[in-house]
Amino acid sequence: MLDRSPQQTEDQSAEAPRPVAFRGAGFTPGGSRSAGWIALALVITVWQLAGSAGWVNALFLPAPSAIVVAIYKLAMSGALWQHLSWSIMRIGTGWIIGTVAGVIVGFAIGLSTMARGVGITFISALFPIPKIALLPLLILWLGIGEEPKIATIALGVFFSTAISVYSGVDAVPRNLIRMAQSFNVPFHAIVRRVIWPGALPSVLAGFRITSSVALLLVVSAEMIGAQYGIGAFVLQAGNLMQTDQLLAGVVILSLFGLVVGKLINLLETRLLHWR
Amino acid sequence: MDLIADHISHRFGALDVLDDVSFTVRAGEIVAIVGPSGCGKSTLLSILGGLLRPSSGAAELRGAPPAGSLNPLTFVFQDFALLPWNTVEENVAFPLLHTALSAGERRAVIDDALRRTGLTDFRAAYPKQLSGGMRQRVGIARALAVRPAILLMDEPLSALDSQTRELLMEDFVGLLADGAMGAVYVTHNLEEAVRLADRVVVLSRRPGRIREIVTIPMTRAERGAADARAPMAALQGELWSLIRKEAIDAEREVQHA
Repeated sequence: MLDRSPQQTEDQSAEAPRPVAFRGAGFTPGGSRSAGWIALALVITVWQLAGSAGWVNALFLPAPSAIVVAIYKLAMSGALWQHLSWSIMRIGTGWIIGTVAGVIVGFAIGLSTMARGVGITFISALFPIPKIALLPLLILWLGIGEEPKIATIALGVFFSTAISVYSGVDAVPRNLIRMAQSFNVPFHAIVRRVIWPGALPSVLAGFRITSSVALLLVVSAEMIGAQYGIGAFVLQAGNLMQTDQLLAGVVILSLFGLVVGKLINLLETRLLHWR
Repeated sequence: MDLIADHISHRFGALDVLDDVSFTVRAGEIVAIVGPSGCGKSTLLSILGGLLRPSSGAAELRGAPPAGSLNPLTFVFQDFALLPWNTVEENVAFPLLHTALSAGERRAVIDDALRRTGLTDFRAAYPKQLSGGMRQRVGIARALAVRPAILLMDEPLSALDSQTRELLMEDFVGLLADGAMGAVYVTHNLEEAVRLADRVVVLSRRPGRIREIVTIPMTRAERGAADARAPMAALQGELWSLIRKEAIDAEREVQHA
């Protein structure tokens, strides 16, 4: 049968062939960067036009150009750096404390039966509390300085980090741990060379969440009681009806969040290139 | 060094998996374990390799491991179990990092293991860049690096396509040819068992009991010859006749569960 030419069996019918209808379209959205930028530029242009033409009251919605001018003036006067440096100090300190504690507790929960029993109970009970609600209590405990603000941020970061770390440890494939055990690799080396890198994707995904938690909490805490900081600045601007200043603060917060997101992207491409 | 299964029974909760399994793998011997799916083949291998505590009975060793063996009982896994964040070379080096080897000795051992598995040119690649067959070669190189006395191979070819299986089977025959290493080779593939093993332990369906231990009456060199096909097919048929009814029952059982 193999020596028969394949053509022999084809085209024996007189009927004309018709194409098979294609039905595989859709469900594969591609990313188009330019479309996003164009849409953004369009919105800003319309907003600017609406402001320049006097369609909207500049007090309620200042034009983009006015916001840019406000940012420029803030930068020139040095006020921007003053507010920003206070916020960054609070976020940085709180985030680092919360992250270090969260990673340690998350690993303990991921590796020890005892820590898991106790830890998960406490985390489940305390995680849902909006941490900003604890600020007044923390002020009573720690005074009215920086400590309660930093502690609020650290608490918020801690719980999310602990959860993402122990879920990451849980998600490390068991077969890799068994493999390491089958070669008599000691416990500490299994933690360092198998569990830590295996949990890292989840840990870094957690960073993305905790960085936005920290930003949210720093602004809230600064609105409740601070002289300097982007949150305090935005609140003051609102009280004085300086909406261009207010929106300048909001834009700076947005840029700050973008920069942090980019840094985490960078970290992911550096550390998770093996994926 | 002999590896002994001494009246091993195991249950997972209410499920009896293995029932009183006893046999001995003598030094340098290759023993295949075959049986219908779910008969506890892999569980038995985990117990033999010290990764699982049996409900009763024990895995035992008799005699000293060969000099220089860093890990006398060494697994080769079905899913390869490679560290995806490490290169081929780092994966092979992984079990050596916590041994007493000097850096120089370690490098020599790694180079040798990579060379024997044809991976020298791939040492800097990551597992995701490799085909399934090459990944399992990394698993084998990693096992060779610790100079095992007995390889514990858990369906090492099951995740691979049939052509790759054929190529790797040739590698296995080559690596095990000199009798320096023994192996326990768990498989559901009777062809692999007949091709590689000195003896084939046939397990019944769950709970796995030893149904029969079949000795393959040909040397591995003879099995490579062209005129060996017929007798090997006959052996395979013999094994299948032992397993067939059990396999049918086992399959129905699994579908109920």
